[in-house]
Amino acid sequence: MSNQPQRRVLEPVSDTGRNGLDYRELIKVSLDSLLANRLRTFLTMLGIIIGVASVVSLMTLGNGASEAITGQFSALGTNVLTIFNSRPNRGPGQSGNIAPLTMSDYKAIERIKLPIVGPVPQFSANATIAAPAADKSAGILGTTADYAKVQSVTMASGSFFTDANVQGASQVVVLGSSLKTYLFGSGEAIGETVRINSLACRVIGVMASKGGGGFGSVDDQAIVPITLAHTRLFSARTSDGNLRVTTISLSVIKAEDIDFTQERIQMTLRDLRKLNSDGSEDDFNIINQASFLSSLSTITTLLTTFLAAIAGISLLVGGIGIMNIMLVSVTERTKEIGLRRAVGAQSRDILLQFMIEAVVLSLLGGFIGVVLGSILPIVLTVTGTFNAPVTLNSVVISLSVSLATGLFFGIWPARNAARLNPIQALRHE
Amino acid sequence: MITIEQMTKVYTMGEIEVHALRGVNLTINSGEFIAIMGPSGSGKSTLMNMIGCLDTPSSGRYALDGIEVASLNDNDLSAVRARKLGFVFQQYMLLPRQSALANVEMPMLYRGISAQERARRAQVALELVGMGNRLDHRPNELSGGQQQRVAIARALAGSPSVILADEPTGALDSTTSEEIMHMLQQLNREQKLTIIIVTHESDIAAYADRIVTIRDGVVTTDRKNEVSHV
Repeated sequence: MSNQPQRRVLEPVSDTGRNGLDYRELIKVSLDSLLANRLRTFLTMLGIIIGVASVVSLMTLGNGASEAITGQFSALGTNVLTIFNSRPNRGPGQSGNIAPLTMSDYKAIERIKLPIVGPVPQFSANATIAAPAADKSAGILGTTADYAKVQSVTMASGSFFTDANVQGASQVVVLGSSLKTYLFGSGEAIGETVRINSLACRVIGVMASKGGGGFGSVDDQAIVPITLAHTRLFSARTSDGNLRVTTISLSVIKAEDIDFTQERIQMTLRDLRKLNSDGSEDDFNIINQASFLSSLSTITTLLTTFLAAIAGISLLVGGIGIMNIMLVSVTERTKEIGLRRAVGAQSRDILLQFMIEAVVLSLLGGFIGVVLGSILPIVLTVTGTFNAPVTLNSVVISLSVSLATGLFFGIWPARNAARLNPIQALRHE
Repeated sequence: MITIEQMTKVYTMGEIEVHALRGVNLTINSGEFIAIMGPSGSGKSTLMNMIGCLDTPSSGRYALDGIEVASLNDNDLSAVRARKLGFVFQQYMLLPRQSALANVEMPMLYRGISAQERARRAQVALELVGMGNRLDHRPNELSGGQQQRVAIARALAGSPSVILADEPTGALDSTTSEEIMHMLQQLNREQKLTIIIVTHESDIAAYADRIVTIRDGVVTTDRKNEVSHV
């Protein structure tokens, strides 16, 4: 039957007497096994990849989103105090007769030396603003040059008006970005003349879009020197000859000075308005954006937590995936375990082999997951759509969870199989 | 050299005690080719597990090359299996996605043989069973008979004291069965290998030089086989 020319005889083995595998052989056996079963290896890693990728991308995007939201509102002026002409804690129709906010209030605040930028008086009214091509009824805001600093105005083109423009009641106007687009389309607006309630004013600047901004976005408004608004555009005189303002705003330089500044202004205005003498309540209201911002941060924390929860669920689902494949593959491989045990492998060899396989799977899968999960945030960041740097937190959390799941479900069933009597393992179907 | 004296094995299944072996006495010398026969439930599988150091007896003595196996722990049993025994199974039991060479090398991993020596011995063993030109083939690229040849190469590559074959032709057609049995016979004669086959088929047992019959947990006949196939 055999036509081999020579018959060799296998001489007895002179082995080292060592039992079991050394670590290098173990690693090789494990890698061979992973490579020999590429589909199983890939399916097992898939759970880890999906779990880790979703945690990294969702947590990163969540962080980026809350920072972007907080950032947008901070751009509106975090430390800005705004003084309104209304009674605090009063329902509508209960304000009664209150002394209007005027330029004397503004000057009184200006006289106290406070660590602030401003104050700036603001007088708002509606007027028809007409360009050659279009006209519109828009909010006109009269203010001083410091407005640009207090409200952190950025100019899309041209410049904001100066103190000299305010003193001289110059016929100049700065347009909000939406209003400019309405009046001039994509054309050039700087140097053009618009008519505000028939008064010709030269456009000297267009503001960059600010977005947000609450009621009456500044993007829809036109800004003129307050002197012009008071004297030539609107009638702002009160019965006692003062000039009315709608709000006074100022920016506190350091956040920790906000409360103290707010108190000083309140005292000054109460003195000026002689409210202390009869003990009546304030007829003005000071609000600060910091308190608004802190409630906003509660919302963004909620958002991040929500996204983290979704990511956590994906990690859980990924973990269950790992668990399933690992359990199924160990069951499938019980025969292999039985065979290896029968030909002389110790339980320790089996356990270590499965452990190394699980570590390699989890780490490799985790690494691929981190890379895949980082793609979206990095693309968004690089293209400037959205600033979402990958956070170390998300990487550490997702990697450790997937490693723990992979190890546990890789080792635990293998340990049971390694403890089986080799005969039972061999007969396993 | 195998010495078995008064070996018993009792399995407890819930309340019931099953006496699989009830005092087996058997001596097998080096270089013998022996068949253990018996119907199912006779205890022949249990005896094979005992000889293969896959299980330990409830009482009695089992010495393999002077090693008292009955008293060994799990790790020592593994070490004895690695060095003294070569297994051939009915269902071949090859690692499905590994080459013939890798399959034959595998048992030698567990006894501290260098990679180079493993590869050399595996190749010689595969040549001995006529598979020298299929070293890189995977089990699914081989016929049943070829797979069993690889499994036999795996059993003999480490020069064990005993090759233990459990129904080695149970999954093969009669022509292939004959080829495999001829090969085992030849290996026994040329390589001086001790071979024990466990079977319930008398024409398979007929290839052996000595036939031991077991029934109800004891050896009933033990005779020389004068008419063994050539």
